[in-house]
Amino acid sequence: MNDSHVVDARGLSCPQPVLETKNALAAAAGGPVEILVDTVTSRENVCRFARSQGWHCRHEERDDGSFRIVLTR
Amino acid sequence: MMKRINALLMSPYGPAVTGAVVGILAPLLVWMGNPGNMGICVACFTRDIAGALGLHRAAVVQYLRPEIPGFVLGSFLSAVIFGEYRPRAGSSPVIRFFLGLFAMIGALIFLGCPWRAYLRLAGGDGNALAGIAGLLVGIFIGIVFLWKGFTLARSYPSPRSSGLFMPLVSVVLLVLLVLAPTFGEEGKSAVFFSSSGPGSQHAPLMAALAVGLLVGWLAQRSRFCTVGALRDLVMLRDGHLAKGVLAFIAAAFVTSLALGLFRPGFTGQPVAHTSQIWNFLGMVLSGLAFTLAGGCPGRQLIMSGEGDGDAAVFVLGMLVGAGIAHNFNLASSPAGATPFALGAFLTGMAFCLAVGFLMREKI
Repeated sequence: MNDSHVVDARGLSCPQPVLETKNALAAAAGGPVEILVDTVTSRENVCRFARSQGWHCRHEERDDGSFRIVLTR
Repeated sequence: MMKRINALLMSPYGPAVTGAVVGILAPLLVWMGNPGNMGICVACFTRDIAGALGLHRAAVVQYLRPEIPGFVLGSFLSAVIFGEYRPRAGSSPVIRFFLGLFAMIGALIFLGCPWRAYLRLAGGDGNALAGIAGLLVGIFIGIVFLWKGFTLARSYPSPRSSGLFMPLVSVVLLVLLVLAPTFGEEGKSAVFFSSSGPGSQHAPLMAALAVGLLVGWLAQRSRFCTVGALRDLVMLRDGHLAKGVLAFIAAAFVTSLALGLFRPGFTGQPVAHTSQIWNFLGMVLSGLAFTLAGGCPGRQLIMSGEGDGDAAVFVLGMLVGAGIAHNFNLASSPAGATPFALGAFLTGMAFCLAVGFLMREKI
């Protein structure tokens, strides 16, 4: 996965994680995009937005309690 | 049963369910004694708490409203139970303090937070329309900054114990409410309780606390936010949170009608004034400050219960802002805005606009 398609949105206030996701999806040209967030709320918001744009959303909790979200077409 | 309710609250219907329940409970609190169209008002209630603690000496608005600590404790318990208690802090706390302070001053020029703006509308108070229009404009200005890369920068995880501060403060407030001690001569030293005016009108303690806890839990699970609702609708065409506000207004309208509390009109509305320019401008300031801080005052309380230290600082800014609003005669009364509202509005807007323009560090 290319580094430019990894977005670290940990610690950002609403709605910045979603805005960062929106920009990343626009730049990704269909490839997978990885988003890091650190609250369940941000995880839900990012996945809800991605799904509304026709992307699939997978996520896993990391050791430090943050979440890794992988968005694919 | 509990699992099912939680699944519902986490579903796309979560905000609407929360909005409907709060919309029913708020007029019920008025019916049980809270001031008119003020079943729940995060700004007014925080202001009343500031008064009870003596941070301002406006004798008619002093009461330790149990709904507010209820919100924080309800959210805290919910966050702990569902594994979402995540203490975090460090995202421009001083700026958030002043955003909270000016959000409160704007809200007290209008006479209500966004929650109460919707409740006033649902109760028939036409003056709320100017306030809601102002709220929309303030949120829209905030959205423009967000599009241009505005950020208050990241927060970082902090030790688990750091998130206990706001729940502990909430317990202390409830103890002070129950024991009602005076630290010196009565009437001259805290804790202050209004004997007349809105501060003297309140629902029974246990009912108000129960509603606060319930709403705290519902809002923590569903992320109910009265500012995020309009922001996401305009910015992302996402109506998820907006359904919560619509359900809130609809439920409050029907409940007000059923309880005989609905009084349509502009004049003689409870704890409201008819100066539409100030209803509008007060909420422009408030809406902008809330949007820059990432959520409405209710949401800030809920996040402070989840351990968000930056949201806690915003809430403390609101508390101090309430003191300043009354001590410096910036807060409106039913007679209208004060001569000092203009200066307060311009100062607050200058601060918020400066923050909006300057805080766009690339992250």
